[in-house]
Amino acid sequence: MKNVYMDYNATTPLHPAVAEGMKEDLSVYANASSMHEAGRRAMARVERARAQVVALVGAAADPERIVFTSGGSESNNTVFATMFHLGRRGGRRGIVTSSIEHPCVLNAAAWLRDEGFPVTFLPVDGDGKIDLDGLRAAVGPDTLLVSVMAANNEIGTIQDMRSIGAIAKAAGAYFHTDATQAVGKVPVDVEEWGADYLTLSCHKIYGPKGVGALYFRKGAPFEPLIRGGHQEHGHRAGTYNNLGILGFGTAASLAREELASYASHVGRLRARLRDGILAAIPKVRVNGHPVEVLPNTLNVSFPGAEGEAILLHLDLSGIRVSTGSACASGSLEPSHVLMATGVGPELAHGSIRFSLGRDSTDEDVDYVLSVLPPAIARLRSMSTVQA
Amino acid sequence: MSDAFAWLYSDVVKDHFMNPKNVFNPDEGFKADAEGLTGNVKCGDQMLFMLKIADDVIVDVRWKTYGCASAIASTSMLSEVVKGMGIKDAYNIKPDDIARRLGGLPDNKIHCSVLGDKALRAAIDDHLAKTGRAGLFRNEGARVICTCLNITDRDIEDAVKAGARDWEGLQERTKIGTVCGGCKTGAEELLHEYVHIFAD
Ligand SMILES: Cc1ncc(COP(=O)(O)O)c(C=O)c1O
Ligand code: FES
Repeated sequence: MKNVYMDYNATTPLHPAVAEGMKEDLSVYANASSMHEAGRRAMARVERARAQVVALVGAAADPERIVFTSGGSESNNTVFATMFHLGRRGGRRGIVTSSIEHPCVLNAAAWLRDEGFPVTFLPVDGDGKIDLDGLRAAVGPDTLLVSVMAANNEIGTIQDMRSIGAIAKAAGAYFHTDATQAVGKVPVDVEEWGADYLTLSCHKIYGPKGVGALYFRKGAPFEPLIRGGHQEHGHRAGTYNNLGILGFGTAASLAREELASYASHVGRLRARLRDGILAAIPKVRVNGHPVEVLPNTLNVSFPGAEGEAILLHLDLSGIRVSTGSACASGSLEPSHVLMATGVGPELAHGSIRFSLGRDSTDEDVDYVLSVLPPAIARLRSMSTVQA
Repeated sequence: MSDAFAWLYSDVVKDHFMNPKNVFNPDEGFKADAEGLTGNVKCGDQMLFMLKIADDVIVDVRWKTYGCASAIASTSMLSEVVKGMGIKDAYNIKPDDIARRLGGLPDNKIHCSVLGDKALRAAIDDHLAKTGRAGLFRNEGARVICTCLNITDRDIEDAVKAGARDWEGLQERTKIGTVCGGCKTGAEELLHEYVHIFAD
């Protein structure tokens, strides 16, 4: 049976060059904090990776601004923990974020709210964009942090980072962005965005899982989430994850080199998939912003058909996607992202996310376009809900 | 595909999901004597059950659903089971029976499988109403305490007689309150009452 992976926003396979490099780097076992030669060699490699990673998020940025973490979730939590400590010491305490963030930001923000911090979850419009005037109105002299994701993992909508950064700065607040889904897919520049903190994760850019990074601007406060040894200048304790970090460095270099060709490749396939679906299946809704959207992400609602049923039908045909349906998540609520865009529960339950990647092909798109229309027709024909 | 991870559910579920039985087809000209509709799109699932009934026996069934794979598979199974069954027996089918016939469903999927029998009961109630016996089974039968899982006061009584003494013990035996949880207060009151009567 065919195996078509269209869930690259969930995670990516290793880039072949990353896999090759990591195989060789299996021998880099020394503790990078050790003073002896083997340790110093390992450290040199870690530092090279750090330079490769920082180059992906800011051409002019200093490698010292990068702290390696275990991934996007840890990076985001580190920022919120830092805000917790700042806020407790007095002064500003307001947190402004969006209602469509990844759960690791939403739950970290909810934690601060439970600790008594005033937290605002900004609404988004039908395309998933936050309203800049709404942001201007939400920030004030008490705002400590503005945290808005650069691009959304479910619908792919890209926010206006430069304007959001400027609004945060004008209010005297720190600006953090979870760029986990933007990095490697669209140009990311911490200087241009005015970001004080930026989160990135390696397994979304064809590198290994369990490694990520947090960029922080020089002078931005930093409170370690993990205390211990003095690794990462005391910002993040724990013996260096040599293999993960070295893989991350290679993945970051490749992501930067291949950005333009990647974007045009997945962008072309996404357009084909979208047009094919719109031509073959009546009454569908493409979710997310029509233009300011990740080149690889296509989120579509199929009214009349339920998302988990669609996902499993596709899965039985070898096609791997994800859904915003409540049934698939094990909760009783459909995707908070789609609900925030106001599409309503039926369209949220019936949504499918196709996320393409560097290995996606025209044949993959053709295959999906041959399987999906009859699947939707079948589920709609047995549905109590009219499409 | 014998690999345990090859499919989330049992082969029986897979088969009923991909090739469901007794799905309503408008071209067929099926004329139902009674119909029941439950659930709503807001929760992600809705079910319609249509019955042909002769002498209080279900002679034929059709159904439609907006729902997940578990909902589709369990309704398909249910529709096979009730064909030829007296309406009273059909009224007393529990989601657990259907889940067992399907080779089991994941815990968080039991909810999806209860919709079918709710719709079935609604259709039988419709039949009773149309034949001048509205509410017949509801009044004479056991009282449903947990609407999500169709667990009655009789089931709680049986569980207590079998050794359940507290909420956890009751849940172990019946899975009561594991879906919306809304029945907990009422069920605990009954539990205490029955423990008092049948245990001590
Ligand atoms: C937007 C976003 N933020 C954060 C994360 C979490 O990253 P990680 O899996 O590296 O913890 C993800 C990945 O699921 C994501 O899509
Ligand atoms: S009423 Fe019992 S679980 Fe919902």
